[in-house]
Amino acid sequence: MSYRPPKDLDEQARQARAKLTAHRGMATWGEKLVPIGAFRRAAAETGLALSPEQREAAVRFRTAGLDDPTPVEGPYARVAVFGGVYNNHFALLELLEDAVRRGAEAIYCLGDLGGFGPSPEKVRPLLAQGGVLAIQGNYEESLAAGREDCNCGYTDPRDNHFAEISYGYTERSCSADFKAWMGALPRRRRVRVGNRELLLVHGSPRRINEFLFQSTSPVPFLEVLLDQNRCDGILCTHSGLHWHRRLPSGRDVVNVGVIGRPANDGNTHVWYAMLEARDGGLGVELVPLPYDHLGLAAEMRTEGLPEEFVETILTGWWTTCLEILPARERAASRF
Amino acid sequence: MNAPQVALNSLDTLWFQVGGTVCNLACTHCFVSCSPTNHTHEVLSLAEVARYLDEAARLGVREYYFTGGEPFLNPEMEAILAAALAVGPATVLTNGLLLDPSRCARLKTLADASDYSLDFRVSLDGWDAASNDPIRGAGTFEKILAGIRNLYQAGLNPVITVTEVCEGAATDSGKERFFALLRSMGIERPRLKILPVFRIGAEAERGGAYESWQRLREGEVPDGGWDHLQCSSCRMVTDQGVWVCPILVNEPEAKMGETLADTLGAFPLEHPACWTCHAYGVSCRT
Repeated sequence: MSYRPPKDLDEQARQARAKLTAHRGMATWGEKLVPIGAFRRAAAETGLALSPEQREAAVRFRTAGLDDPTPVEGPYARVAVFGGVYNNHFALLELLEDAVRRGAEAIYCLGDLGGFGPSPEKVRPLLAQGGVLAIQGNYEESLAAGREDCNCGYTDPRDNHFAEISYGYTERSCSADFKAWMGALPRRRRVRVGNRELLLVHGSPRRINEFLFQSTSPVPFLEVLLDQNRCDGILCTHSGLHWHRRLPSGRDVVNVGVIGRPANDGNTHVWYAMLEARDGGLGVELVPLPYDHLGLAAEMRTEGLPEEFVETILTGWWTTCLEILPARERAASRF
Repeated sequence: MNAPQVALNSLDTLWFQVGGTVCNLACTHCFVSCSPTNHTHEVLSLAEVARYLDEAARLGVREYYFTGGEPFLNPEMEAILAAALAVGPATVLTNGLLLDPSRCARLKTLADASDYSLDFRVSLDGWDAASNDPIRGAGTFEKILAGIRNLYQAGLNPVITVTEVCEGAATDSGKERFFALLRSMGIERPRLKILPVFRIGAEAERGGAYESWQRLREGEVPDGGWDHLQCSSCRMVTDQGVWVCPILVNEPEAKMGETLADTLGAFPLEHPACWTCHAYGVSCRT
């Protein structure tokens, strides 16, 4: 049987609807009904109408390059760049060996050392041992500043629940000394590889916690970002999924992915990036990195971390933090 | 009394009032009072949209949103989406009534052909006909659910947008009722967005207009500035030019210019709806 609204509600709604559809030839201006012509005239007289030259100048001003005092490191012929350790010291150990094997002259980390995995303090000696040059992620920023959350910006209560467990564990298990070290890390670095100057950031050049996913980082947006930052390439992490886009201008944007957890594709390995001077330009290789994921899962269980996190490590599918995925990346997801 | 000014940090989100104010529904809480006879803003043509897309690409716009009225009343809507998806990700806000299986299949083809995400938001104002239909119109609950089902079966999992007209929608138990409804339709990972009401347009009649204290005042700048307001990173295109945001299109005073380049300056937060965005932390983005 179809629903019939109660009489009074029905009548109230009917009157409201009658009023709404009564403005044939009229326009709604705030709370008033006015002739459409009056609305259109008022709108036509409001706002700026710049000259073509002024418009051109306004667009140029918005997209112009800004000075950046960050010193340029290098030049190198070959560097390894990774992000999102998430306490995964098993993968970090594997990465350091793999990068050296592949001839990396320098190894850079784009931040987010903690969260998700076990035993934060095990990461620090490995970074020192590998001579890793790091920048700050939102995790380091939050831990160093004594924030109560990771500043990932979730709104889904389930995502927030797991983000709190993840951050709380790292916050408690991390020494004050390590946190202070994190607080002293730079927010960005500039690195020359061959003849290309690359900008290394955590989320994006604009915000430490901006997500750059492949399906929501369009070419025109990236070209302007590169113009504004006066560089030949941007390397970032934070979103957890690796991708590379060579732009029509010949410049590159690389999300190096994360080594802390798999890339939500049913595989247990993780990803990082190798950059090299090649044919007078930049060679970009996204590198799959198998590691002792069973060892990691066992230690996560010993540390009492949620079984949902362990499942991700064992299956290669994300079970939390799914809210942030755009439609395209979500459609490829199992959960 | 002077209002604080909000600067445009960067133009990230460009909205299109692609369906004008013309809608096949006449919801009693619509803040733009859309209806079958409201021609305050007319639908946008493909040519008009394309002109703004060109300008937007130069400015490095990150994403495009399409709303109305009902966007799918625009006869060129699918061509418009194809044009947008060539330069960036797109999201359509729809009432779900015109989403038959064949249209959904075409939309899925459009989504698959692009490098960028195509996303949908479908409006629903109750977890059953008894709560939804008095707001959105008799018989709409079943039709909206059919539209959601068609999108989902085509492989396009939409975000369900609920306004706080639906009492208790924003509470955990309220959200759970919507999640349960969507799961019962076979949607394994339902997506939900709750929005507060704006006390303007039809809603001013239904729920009451703003009170005089509900305004932002000069000097009231919060920590971190106005970055949480969408107008710090968006603009809205209608058939009459470029407005500051998607909420104020029925205020001629909120029109900022003819082209995007005209509208890159600051805007005074003097409308009471600005107070809602600030007080409730609203973003029209998904």
